[in-house]
Amino acid sequence: MTWEMVMGLEVHLQLATRSKIFSGAANRFGAEPNVQACAVDLGMPGMLPVLNEQAVRFAVMFGLGIDARIGKRSIFDRKNYFYPDLPKGYQVSQFFEPIVCEGTFEVPMPDGDLFSIRITRAHLEEDAGKSVHDRFPNQTGVDLNRAGTPLLEIVTEPDFRTAEQAVAYLKALHSLVTYLGISDGNMAEGSMRCDINLSLRPAGSEAYGTRTEIKNVNSFRFVEKAIAVEAKRQQELLEDGLSIVQETRLYDAERNETRSMRSKEVANDYRYFPEPDLLPIVLDDAYIAAVSADLPELPGAKRQRFIEQYQLSNYDAAQLVSSLAMADYFEATVTACGEAKATANWMLGDLAAALNRENLSLEDAPIGPLDLAGLVARVADGTLSSKLGKQVFEGLWLREGSADEIIAQRGLKQVSDAGALESLIATVISNNPDQVAQYRAADEVKQKKLIGFFVGQIMKASKGQANPKLVNELLARALAGD
Amino acid sequence: MSVTASDVAQVALLARLTIPDDRIDEVTDRFTRVLDLVAELQQVDTDGVLPMSNPHDMEQRLRADEVTEVNERDHLQQPAPAVEDGYFLVPKVID
Amino acid sequence: MPDINLATATAAEVLGALNNRDISSVELTQAYLSRVDALNGHLNAVITVDHEGALTAAKDADDARHRGEGGILNGVPLLHKDIFCTSGLRTTCASRMLENFTPPYDATVVSKLKAAGAVTLGKTNMDEFAMGSSNETSYFGPAHNPWDLSCVPGGSSGGSAAAVAAGLAPLSTGTDTGGSIRQPASLCGITGLKPTYGRVSRFGIIAFASSLDQAGPMTRTVEDAALMLNAMCGLDPHDSTSADMPVPNFHDALRGDLKGLRIGLPKQYFSELLDVRVANRIQDALKELEAEGATLVDVDLPHTQEGIATYYVIAPAEASANLARYDGVRFGHRCDDPTDLMDLYARSRSEGFGSEVQRRILVGTYALSAGFYDAYFKKAQQVRRIISNDFKQAFDQCDLIAGPSAPGVAFSVGAKSHDPIAMYMEDVYTLSVNLAGLPGLSLPAGLINGLPIGLQLIGRAFDEATLLKAGHRFQLRTDHHRLAPPFGEIS
Repeated sequence: MTWEMVMGLEVHLQLATRSKIFSGAANRFGAEPNVQACAVDLGMPGMLPVLNEQAVRFAVMFGLGIDARIGKRSIFDRKNYFYPDLPKGYQVSQFFEPIVCEGTFEVPMPDGDLFSIRITRAHLEEDAGKSVHDRFPNQTGVDLNRAGTPLLEIVTEPDFRTAEQAVAYLKALHSLVTYLGISDGNMAEGSMRCDINLSLRPAGSEAYGTRTEIKNVNSFRFVEKAIAVEAKRQQELLEDGLSIVQETRLYDAERNETRSMRSKEVANDYRYFPEPDLLPIVLDDAYIAAVSADLPELPGAKRQRFIEQYQLSNYDAAQLVSSLAMADYFEATVTACGEAKATANWMLGDLAAALNRENLSLEDAPIGPLDLAGLVARVADGTLSSKLGKQVFEGLWLREGSADEIIAQRGLKQVSDAGALESLIATVISNNPDQVAQYRAADEVKQKKLIGFFVGQIMKASKGQANPKLVNELLARALAGD
Repeated sequence: MSVTASDVAQVALLARLTIPDDRIDEVTDRFTRVLDLVAELQQVDTDGVLPMSNPHDMEQRLRADEVTEVNERDHLQQPAPAVEDGYFLVPKVID
Repeated sequence: MPDINLATATAAEVLGALNNRDISSVELTQAYLSRVDALNGHLNAVITVDHEGALTAAKDADDARHRGEGGILNGVPLLHKDIFCTSGLRTTCASRMLENFTPPYDATVVSKLKAAGAVTLGKTNMDEFAMGSSNETSYFGPAHNPWDLSCVPGGSSGGSAAAVAAGLAPLSTGTDTGGSIRQPASLCGITGLKPTYGRVSRFGIIAFASSLDQAGPMTRTVEDAALMLNAMCGLDPHDSTSADMPVPNFHDALRGDLKGLRIGLPKQYFSELLDVRVANRIQDALKELEAEGATLVDVDLPHTQEGIATYYVIAPAEASANLARYDGVRFGHRCDDPTDLMDLYARSRSEGFGSEVQRRILVGTYALSAGFYDAYFKKAQQVRRIISNDFKQAFDQCDLIAGPSAPGVAFSVGAKSHDPIAMYMEDVYTLSVNLAGLPGLSLPAGLINGLPIGLQLIGRAFDEATLLKAGHRFQLRTDHHRLAPPFGEIS
């Protein structure tokens, strides 16, 4: 039987506020345990929450970024359960009335095509602390620095059918939230955490199968692997005539397997009720309009603009807007050199490869937009062949100077002077009489093959600096002569 | 409305309380009497009435996004029953 | 000692003596501390006495007075209910759970009263986590009513009420979730004000039911209550539910008469269920208010009875979550040698909480659990709005509502402690006021067989001024609030 995979994703996004969602403690990653947990974060007796305005603003920005309906009167609820990293015994979340309601999100696939995901809702909540299991014998250590970090939980409809779509969605989400500046989206540090709800059904069937939830998968690659391994597990069970248990599972990257998290299953009656220590968040049209007016250009709009303004392909445009740094780099380069397509090729080709090889981010690249623009301009005006361009690129990467300086230092200028080339050609012809005779005896089709030999000799003699187009032209004339 | 001892035990589990076996009947009995009292609610017609979570229908005030707290870990951990290297300790949790 | 009778002294009198330099705050504080040391063994009204801290604060108050500085209660001794967090001073909520808990912070009410110059003598007994109407659920044993030591002082602010009645302090703080200031004030013959929900910050007050809890003054006179309310109240940025409303000078608002004031009498508050002797005392009190120029009108609060059911769903539900933080991890009682996490939670909580607290946690957990939320919690929140609307309609016809504070006088220790429902009925006249978030004032209205009863006045939201003015006029005409229990004289 063929199976169809059905998935919905829940992403927990840490918002990049300065302070926590309900307290004035610092919201920062990676500090000594419990130094960033104030009395409110520790849930100490008598402590009360006060809502951070920036968290609200960030949530609204996200909602506007996916064309969602903004909840004009949203409320916080308490989600009740006991766990050591949950200090109050309840998590303040939004269950009944979220701040961001239904929206849609256009996700570019690797080939540049778009597909549409329905967002069910996004709501504000507080993050829990962390449990450390391997530091103390027979004890678990609890660090509440993370407790109270503002989270936006973004929930989709079950619209995903492949792991590739899921990863494309997460990448697009990452680019959206970093464009908005509401999160660093760093999966490795847990700023963006993904839960995957996955079920299988026979291809063509409408009904959903029983799903499992895979928790906290922390990289794009692991998302892909976790989906594959969980789908395989479910398929094997189903094909053996067994049923799927609806449960929460953890992806173990080391063993590349998912396993049941029984500890979370003891009693999951969360007893949501409106949080009486907080009042409804009421947002008026003027507030929403003001936030909307301040939004930056978002990836979707930028992609469309790149296609129209720079005549880029869907693929190139999608690649270039995938991060704001890349899009800005591109536009800065094009502004300086005026060559959009060539800039895109350099960025997505040699530059991307070099960054990848050295494991660097674009921000840390040794070649800045103006450096690249200098190179692109010299290829465009014929000073450099594309082959010489690569040598200049190397020089730029090694910080040897500007493109023009490298051309001068390395002596890489392309020779386009007809007189100089004609004397080179004459030498090659006189040194290779046999080949000349063979050429002259051949028919037109064979000649086209044989001319390559002479071009190669000339390029060699010119140390690669001969203008290849001009060489071909002059050589054909010279060989055809008497 | 009557509840059984096992209903009460289930609620106690949710609330992380233990009721000794020799007290479960008494607890169940008192629990039932409270439920009988609150059953009066069902007599009130509440069709179309908006639930009221807070007395004055006020709106949430927002706090400026500023860090106002400094590290007071040692002070705040004074009342903690078990602390080591800055961590609160609990019996080993197995996921 | 100049001629101040601590057994009956008001804060206003004490302030007068301090301002005249008849006495220093250190002398006064020492005298009150001696009285606490001498009498508390009989009353069990105070859980923790802070001799050293009180004398240091008194010295500071005296110094400030010498410099011509100091707040509106400068040098006046006061007791805090042991539900207010006091930095460096043990705060137990009368629970084994917090038997050894010393908070590293002050409640806003505590810091405001400190800023006003009040001197904290110590912390008063109460029902555990404020859950009770008799002070009998305290882990530290019941407090006793100074009018009859075999009787309860009411609750949950029973220790505060007993302490003020016995002259252990001229002022004390209380909290009122369903009547916990007004009912003990009634049973101990003192003045107790539950302000409008949101008038006084809840920050640093150990939460029972967040949408109902409100702190207020417990005093001998309305004048003192007005003084103390001004020192306690106001917008607090740390409490999202504290109200951004103008704060009048409540002491100035005491001036003026009651001409044209309409007082509503809900027929539900004077039904056959009310002890006829209490009803008569209330009628007498109403005649005094009429004599001041007020007119009486009949009003209807048709859901008074259902208020009890509403309250006993909402309060336990909120409490079940508020008390989840007591898990033996960061503070509070932890059981010995927990075998695993479940054992740590269940044993720490079962050992740390008393039986009434556990019962309310169970009821609240049940009311919120899957399948019961709509029938219990949501339904109760709907009835809450209906009750609130009943009050709004009643206030179309009147400016204040009057009735008894409690159905009867103080009862014997143990008389109701085995019947939770009988105990819950103690709050039938008070808890609807919390559900609607309104201010309520209990005033001494005479004795029945030597035990006090209270007149309750209920005001419009944020109109404590009218409530206090009416109470003050009443006290200018009557002597009930000047009566002191015979107990106070034996010192």
